[in-house]
Amino acid sequence: MLGAAPSTGSTAITDRPGGGSSLVVFVMRRLAVTIPLLLMISFGVFALVHIAPGDPASSLLGARASDPATLAVVRARYHLDDPFLVQYGKWLSQVIRGDLGVSIQGNRAVTSTIADRLGVTIILSLMSTTLVLGIGILLGAVAAFRCGTRLDRAIVIFGVFGISSPAFVTGIFLLYVFGVLLHWFPVFGPGEGILDRAWHLTLPAFALATSVMAIVIKITRAAMIEELARDYVTFARARGLSSRRIFFAYVLRNSLIPVVTAAGLIVVGIVAGAIYVEVTFSLPGLGALTIDAIQKRDIPTIQGTTLLFSAFVVLVNLAVDVIYTLVDPRIRFGRVES
Amino acid sequence: MSAPAISETRRRVPIVILIAALIVTAMVICAILGEKIAPDSPFLQRLGVGDTPPSPVHVAGTDLLGRDVLSRVIYGARTALVGPVVVAAGAFAIATLLGLLSGYLGGLVDSAIMRWVDFMFALPGPLVAIVVVGVVGGGYWTAVLVLAVLFSAPDTRIVRSAVLEQRPLPYIDAARTLGISRTRILFVHILPNIAPIILAYVVLDFAFALVNLAGLSFLGLGVEPGTPDWGRMLFENRSILFSNPVALLLPAVMIILTAVSMNLIGDWLYERFAK
Repeated sequence: MLGAAPSTGSTAITDRPGGGSSLVVFVMRRLAVTIPLLLMISFGVFALVHIAPGDPASSLLGARASDPATLAVVRARYHLDDPFLVQYGKWLSQVIRGDLGVSIQGNRAVTSTIADRLGVTIILSLMSTTLVLGIGILLGAVAAFRCGTRLDRAIVIFGVFGISSPAFVTGIFLLYVFGVLLHWFPVFGPGEGILDRAWHLTLPAFALATSVMAIVIKITRAAMIEELARDYVTFARARGLSSRRIFFAYVLRNSLIPVVTAAGLIVVGIVAGAIYVEVTFSLPGLGALTIDAIQKRDIPTIQGTTLLFSAFVVLVNLAVDVIYTLVDPRIRFGRVES
Repeated sequence: MSAPAISETRRRVPIVILIAALIVTAMVICAILGEKIAPDSPFLQRLGVGDTPPSPVHVAGTDLLGRDVLSRVIYGARTALVGPVVVAAGAFAIATLLGLLSGYLGGLVDSAIMRWVDFMFALPGPLVAIVVVGVVGGGYWTAVLVLAVLFSAPDTRIVRSAVLEQRPLPYIDAARTLGISRTRILFVHILPNIAPIILAYVVLDFAFALVNLAGLSFLGLGVEPGTPDWGRMLFENRSILFSNPVALLLPAVMIILTAVSMNLIGDWLYERFAK
């Protein structure tokens, strides 16, 4: 319920049927929505300095000695003496040039701290996304084919548990069962080297995947039950096509469209879930960095990671919408009713 | 006008829903009675005892500060239930007002409200909650407020589409013809008709708010340190996973049980009354 929604429906073009030109118009329209959105998000992120309780200069200084000279340097560095909107403009132009400011811990550039932590989060997210799509679509399809049976009911119940169990709760159960009781997987840390890292990230990836997977199962199952009841399936069966052919050539492709539409939900689920999972399993990723920065009131680092996470979510949504129109000609020709 | 036999089977509540309702009732009793039914004080520290596994005296063992885990879990039902109730009620108070106006009036009001909803939808909600609560501070009640605002956007969309379904129906035309005021049509005629949908989603929102609030407490951003709260217990007891795993597993089970029960009840209400 929380999070980004597929915006395809509302922005689907209704222009005259046409090939490339309407696609260009569509992409331009999506961009026209995305750029203001990114600006509004960046404004919110910038405003965090001023929302934080206390004087912005001392928030930006953190625990460092706040003698008048240092305060003056910080005021100049962040243009705190300028009018509010001018400050935002200057900050934004620095951000666009890749300067996210200096962390209050150890005087490091926020960008280099983020670069150190990015790897773990990327691998974790990729592993979970693979699990979410692979297992989610598979279980959804199985449930739809065996609709009404015990297996279907078991998968549906698994979905309810998945939605109800947040990543950090699932993570604790996985830690206990596979780490403490069975000793199959390491309990903490990211591991070294590619294989060892994948080994260390297996439990976190499953914990992260479960709740998002539940959404994919639900959508795939509903879409596939609907698709299977359509006339073209009956007709294909009547013509004697094999079940496998009907499934892979027709039903699967058509039922994946709603899953693509839910890409926004999936991305938000993975990004927010990664924060919880990294804290649960003590992984040095971007999510754990964000929480650590919040606890130490390190505003520049919070701004950096928040901006990165939300820009990523917005841009993935944009990319999905564009790919979606390329894949499904009905949208390009404006014939999809939302 | 269906045959009595059919309405009989339709009215029967499935056993799963009864169990779910029973679980929720038990949680509510824990939340109301709290320390009265807890076997021990949820706050009493025994630093000399420290973390111990389950024993006859402490059925679920003790935590790092020697506090009785079972009593803390029972007492923790309070923060687990009160916040989500406020979030769900607050979100739907905002959503009902905006959704009714947007769906019934249409035009500029509708466009303005829908642009706001679209904007909220484009934000990564859980991340916004973490960062805003983390930076602004204020813990539990800030979290409740932020979640209520975030949840109100998707809820507005739900109320609006329910209103749009009602608008072309003859009873609205009839009410208009009778000269009944717009406010009265909205709140006296349309609202009762969409109430079942709202009720189903309030229950689903509750489950989602419970999970989110527990999550913020787990990150150390929700309730005050030391408060018996299921999410906070998962945060504080992480270091005793080996010595007393029950201190983590019990609150985790409570979160899942309550959320699963509310999700099942919400889904059932939706299927039964809102379809």
